[in-house]
Amino acid sequence: MKILVCMSVVPDTTTKITFTDNNTKFNTAGVQYIINPYDELSLTRALELTEAQGGTVTVIHVGLADSEASIRKALAIGAHDAIRINAEPVDATLVAQEIANWAGSQGFDLILTGRESIDYNGGLVGGLIAAHLDLPFINIVTQLDVAGTEVTAIRDIDGGKETVKANLPLVASAQKDLTEPRIPNMRGIMAARTKPLQVVEASGVQALGQSLSFELPPAKGAVKLIDAEKAGDLIQMLHQEAKII
Amino acid sequence: MSILIFAESSEGKFKKAVFEAVSYGKEVADKLGVEVNVLCASTQVPTDADLAALGKFGANKVWKMTLSEDRPAAMAEALADAAGKCGARVVVISNNYNGKSIAPALAVQLKASIASGVISVPDTNNGFQVKRGVYSGKAFAQVNLTSVVKILAITPNTFAIKESGNDAAVEAFSASISDASYRLKAQSVNKVQGKIPLTEAEVVVSGGRGMKGPENWGLIEDLATTLGAATACSKPVADMDWRPHEEHVGQTGITIKPNLYIAVGISGAIQHLAGVSSSKVIVAINKDPEAPFFKVADYGIVGDAFDVLPRLIAAAKELKAAQ
Ligand SMILES: Cc1cc2nc3c(=O)[nH]c(=O)nc-3n(C[C@H](O)[C@H](O)[C@H](O)COP(=O)(O)OP(=O)(O)OC[C@H]3O[C@@H](n4cnc5c(N)ncnc54)[C@H](O)[C@@H]3O)c2cc1C
Ligand SMILES: Nc1ncnc2c1ncn2[C@@H]1O[C@H](COP(=O)(O)O)[C@@H](O)[C@H]1O
Repeated sequence: MKILVCMSVVPDTTTKITFTDNNTKFNTAGVQYIINPYDELSLTRALELTEAQGGTVTVIHVGLADSEASIRKALAIGAHDAIRINAEPVDATLVAQEIANWAGSQGFDLILTGRESIDYNGGLVGGLIAAHLDLPFINIVTQLDVAGTEVTAIRDIDGGKETVKANLPLVASAQKDLTEPRIPNMRGIMAARTKPLQVVEASGVQALGQSLSFELPPAKGAVKLIDAEKAGDLIQMLHQEAKII
Repeated sequence: MSILIFAESSEGKFKKAVFEAVSYGKEVADKLGVEVNVLCASTQVPTDADLAALGKFGANKVWKMTLSEDRPAAMAEALADAAGKCGARVVVISNNYNGKSIAPALAVQLKASIASGVISVPDTNNGFQVKRGVYSGKAFAQVNLTSVVKILAITPNTFAIKESGNDAAVEAFSASISDASYRLKAQSVNKVQGKIPLTEAEVVVSGGRGMKGPENWGLIEDLATTLGAATACSKPVADMDWRPHEEHVGQTGITIKPNLYIAVGISGAIQHLAGVSSSKVIVAINKDPEAPFFKVADYGIVGDAFDVLPRLIAAAKELKAAQ
C-alpha cells in the first residue's frame, strides 16, 4: 500500500500568539514549531497500516525550507521518504492544489490529512485534495482499517458517529482517537538523516484568500468572585445579571 | 445574482444554525443588493410550512430536494447546481462537521474560495473581507477573498437570528447527482440520544482532572441536565478515558463558543483556554485561587467542586422550577 501523509507545521500549542508589523504578520520570535498534532496521528496510523500489510509512507509538506526540521522529525518517526513543495502555504486552495498536482500521477492508495491544522484551522485541505483528484473523502475519522482495497472507517458527524465503507484509493482526515502518536527514537533519528527529502518546485497555483491583518480576543475584565458557601447565588447572577440561563 | 444558503436538516427539522445562516445571508444580500436563495437537500426534507418559514429570516426562495443518502458530496453537487441556476456570488454554510465536508467539494466545482470559521459579515468596501478564527481560538484574521464565488462557513452561535419578512416561495429542485457522490457507503449511524451535542450547545458544563474520577461525573451531568447544557472535558480527562474523546475541548479538541461555559476542576492551561475563550460568559470553579482559569473567567468560585456543585445543582433546580 502506498500512503501519502499531508503534514503542516504549526506553532507549539503552548505558544502565546502575538503579531508584528502593525498586526499584519505572525510574530515568529521564540516560537517552537511542531508537526500539526492531527498529522502526527495520520502519520502513525499510516505506519501501523504499512507495518501490518506492507507498503510505504511518504510525507508531503507545502512550505519553505525552515520547516525541514519538522519534516526530518516525521522521517525519524518512521516515514520512508518526504516531499517538500517549495511554496509559501498562503491558503488552503493553494496547498491542496499543489499537493493534488504532485500526487495525481503518483498512484497513492491512501492520502491522509489532519482534521484541521491548528494554526489556520481551515479544516479544508483534505476535502479539496479529494475533490481535485476526484477521490472519495472520509472526513474526521477516529478509526480507519484497510482490508484488501476496502476501507472501513468510523467518523465523527454532528451529534454522533457514522461507520462507512469505501474502496481505495481515497482521502481521509484524522481526528483524535485515531491512534496514539509515536515519538521518534534514537535509531529513527539516525535513519532520518539519510532518508530522501525531495524538494519540488511549486507549480505556481494562485491563492484565493489572503490574511490581511490579525487581532487578539478582547481582554477580559476582572473575575467576579462568589463565596463558595453561597455558591447558589451564582445561578441567580447568571439568570438576572448575565441573563444567560 | 444572489446569495445561496445551505439549509441543513436533520430528521426533517432545521436546527438553530439554519436560522442564523439565513439571517446572516439576508444581511449579506442586502449589502450586495441581491436575492436570498436557500437550498435544503437531504433524505428527510422538512415540511413545506417549515421551509416557507425561512422567509421570515430573509429567504426569497427555498428549494427542496430529496437525496437518496445524506452524503456531503451529494449535497455539494446539488449546491453547485443551485449556485449555477441562481448565479450565486456567495454561498453560506454552517461551520459544522457536515458543512466542512461539503465546502471543499463545492469550492472545487465552483472554482470558489472558502473562508471557514467566519465571525463577521463581509466588508465589501475594499475587496471582500471577512474575519475568521485562527490559532484555535487564540486570534482572529481578517482575510480577503479574491475569487468570483465565495463560500463562507459561518461559526454557529455567533450571528443573531433576525426575523424580518414573510413566508418564502417553496419550489422542488432537481439536480443530477453522480454515482461518485455515493462512493462512501454508510454502514451505521450512531447519534447520541437524549443529549445536547456539544457543538450546538448554548450552555456547557465541563470537568477537568479536579473531578478526580469518572465516577464523579454524575455531578457534572446533573448540573448540565438541569441547565439544558452539554457536557465537555479537558484533554487529560479524555486521554484517561474518563470521558469520550468527542467531549474534549481545546486547541487539539473542539473549539466551542457557547453563551455560558462552566469549568469545574480545570486549571486553565493555554491549550484548554484556546478552545473555550470565545464563550460569552465563563465560570471557573477551582479550589486553587491561583488557577489560571480565573484570569479569563467572568465569574469564579474558589472552592471544592464536591461542595460547590451540589449547591449549584440545588439552586439551578430551584430556578428552573420557578420558570
Ligand atoms: C500538544 C498539547 C495539546 C494539548 N491540547 C489540549 C486541549 O486541546 N485541551 C485541553 O484541555 N488540554 C490540552 N492540553 C493539556 C493542557 O496542557 C493541560 O495539561 C490540561 O488542560 C490540564 O487539564 P486539567 O485542567 O483537567 O488538569 P490539571 O491541570 O491537573 O488541573 C486540575 C485542576 O483542578 C483543580 N482541582 C483539584 N481538585 C479540585 C476540587 N476538589 N475542586 C475544585 N478544583 C479542584 C486543581 O486546582 C487544578 O487547577 C494539551 C497539551 C499538549 C502538550
Ligand atoms: N502546508 C501544508 N502542507 C501539507 N499539508 C498541509 C498543509 N496545510 C495543511 N495541510 C494538511 O491539511 C490538513 C488540514 O489543514 P487545514 O485545512 O489548513 O486546516 C492538515 O492537517 C494537513 O494534513
